[in-house]
Amino acid sequence: MKIEGKRRIWKDYQKEIAEDRYFYVRSCVRQNFFPGSERTFLRIMKDELNKDVFENAAHTTCSGIGYHSDIVPFETVMTMVARQFALMTESGYENFTTSCITSFGLYTEILETWQHFPDVELRVREHLKKATGREFIVPKNLSHASDVIFKFRKEIANKAKFKLINKHTGKPIQVVEHIGCHYSRMFPSKGVGGAEYPYVLVGMIEDWGGEVIDYPERRHCCGFGFRQYLVQANRGYSLSCSKKKFDSMAPYKPDCILTNCPGCPMFLDRWQYALSEMEGITYGENGQGIPVLTYEELAGMMLGYNPWDLGLQVHQVPVEPLLDKIGIPYNPEQKFLTLDGMSIGKPETPTFLKFY
Amino acid sequence: MECQLGNQKPPLFLNFTEMKKRIIIIGGGIAGMTVAGALPSNEFDIILIEKEILPGGHVAKWDRLFPSRRPAKEVLDFVQKSMAKNVVIKTGSTITTIHRDQNLFTLHLNGEEPIVGDAVVLATGFDLFDARKKEEYGYGIYNNVITSEELEQIFHEGKKLTTSEGKTPQRIGIIHCVGSRDEKVGNLYCSKVCCVTGVKQAIEIKEMLPECEIFSFYMDLRMYDRNFEELYYEAQQKWGINFIRGRLSECAENPGHSLIIKTEDTLTGHPLKMTVDMIILLVGFVPSPETKRIARMLDLQTGQDGFLLSSDEHYNDNSTSVPGVFLTGAVKGPACIVNTIADARATALQIERFLITGISE
Repeated sequence: MKIEGKRRIWKDYQKEIAEDRYFYVRSCVRQNFFPGSERTFLRIMKDELNKDVFENAAHTTCSGIGYHSDIVPFETVMTMVARQFALMTESGYENFTTSCITSFGLYTEILETWQHFPDVELRVREHLKKATGREFIVPKNLSHASDVIFKFRKEIANKAKFKLINKHTGKPIQVVEHIGCHYSRMFPSKGVGGAEYPYVLVGMIEDWGGEVIDYPERRHCCGFGFRQYLVQANRGYSLSCSKKKFDSMAPYKPDCILTNCPGCPMFLDRWQYALSEMEGITYGENGQGIPVLTYEELAGMMLGYNPWDLGLQVHQVPVEPLLDKIGIPYNPEQKFLTLDGMSIGKPETPTFLKFY
Repeated sequence: MECQLGNQKPPLFLNFTEMKKRIIIIGGGIAGMTVAGALPSNEFDIILIEKEILPGGHVAKWDRLFPSRRPAKEVLDFVQKSMAKNVVIKTGSTITTIHRDQNLFTLHLNGEEPIVGDAVVLATGFDLFDARKKEEYGYGIYNNVITSEELEQIFHEGKKLTTSEGKTPQRIGIIHCVGSRDEKVGNLYCSKVCCVTGVKQAIEIKEMLPECEIFSFYMDLRMYDRNFEELYYEAQQKWGINFIRGRLSECAENPGHSLIIKTEDTLTGHPLKMTVDMIILLVGFVPSPETKRIARMLDLQTGQDGFLLSSDEHYNDNSTSVPGVFLTGAVKGPACIVNTIADARATALQIERFLITGISE
């Protein structure tokens, strides 16, 4: 592996990311999957970086999941997205930042469509005006929230209380990075580092002290792939995709997996449990799994936030082995308690996957 | 740097009423040298300008040629010897500007006195496609991904083909159409010579490493010329080389630096995943930036593929829209050596006619 070859490609895929004043739109599903992530993003942006991040309560789904599942037509999706842009315009913001990768891909696709077919944009404007009376300006800057964290990764590193270093060995934590397909595969120039060797998560891992693992099935789908999961009969294929990735990365002994998509951490996390129950396979050391993190969770860990405030207790694969390697303190007694001390319930102990 | 095969050294700035007409050939590869050799040197002053230290172009780096696998040096020597001794060869020279004043061309070179001529021939050839642009193939990233040019250099230097770890490869993938017929990289054209080069190189690997398995992944095998098809048959029947119709989708590296390639066997309709020790990328032709730069100085037209346009692709394929400027060889698009030599000889005839009669078409 010649790292300089990758660095050359990374240089070719730089993108402009706004400095401040973000209109932030949440994901439909992330708050259910990894409930602390979006909250942590806002906490980092506002409390650590003193940035202006605004949310509008009238924001709705962009319907990207419906679009990519062949349920919602493109014309409808464009008008819904135009409404989100109108909310941004009405709020006095110009920089649009999405939490969801599929939303980011969809917004990118729509802006590209309008750039090449201005008549389509005019038609969508008419539809929006007729339906809602709203008007909009096209965002000055469109970014994914992982772009924003990438942009401020060095500032986060400077404020960090921990580094991605194994405190027992002194060596860098070994990280598998996995990018959501809709981040840059459709439009490589819109993602930091492009599509083949994306840099957006690599940059965070490197600047926070870790090392990235390049394994053969790095590019392979996480297992979500929309229809391969949403169509129930296809779920065996979804599981097979995830298994193929785990089998491929396991020889490199990763300490964790870092993701920037709503679906990827969900499937890479939950399917490890499913595979352990189905076949008795575990991919970490001593019956452990490979912890799967969102970039907000990892940033929060580096900044010393309480792991349970980050929502790490709702992961199917326990993250305690990773916390122990880095030396991040946590109170096991508080793992399944709410902020006011109420129990949130404790999951059943898996048959094979080591539970904490 | 100037090297002259004879003793007569013509002055570069001339009184043209008293002197022979001068032809300036830009590019010292097979095309340029053949033009120089085919022109009557007793009637014209011939100056050949080459930017590299030695003439020969791409062929000088090649070991053996398809389809007969004769040494490239034989052809190169023949072309070099065909040039008369009074042909002036200026190597290591880069053209900075070209001015056209009526029927004369003044070429300014880096740090040298200008050269004035009555006709200019562009024989600047081509570049090989930069395989790094096919990012998914991992050239420049994975150690055991090499190009057909690099393989040829290994043959040329008489080295043994090994992996980056010094091991004898047991299985090699040869990838056709890298940078050719590929809309994604902006090259829709076929580079013509890669198919047969791939077949030739596969046989040469088998000659060197009889135990090595070779898989060639192709879209079509365009065996268009004499003895090409026979070579393809020989590759299969005598050498057992496997040809799989399918384009490579991606390449990744295994822990031991072997490579996993993913493709599709389109004849059986199945996706295919295979581990190989190394892959060889058959890189195609692209117009060279130097050709484009000089073409801009001369107001020459380029086609959508970026190669230069002649006056007429059928009847006047060596002249241009600028009287006195001629094109030869791969500046007009991918061409094999046989066609390049024929084209260069035709160019010489057309220049001669132009300088004698004033007719450039």
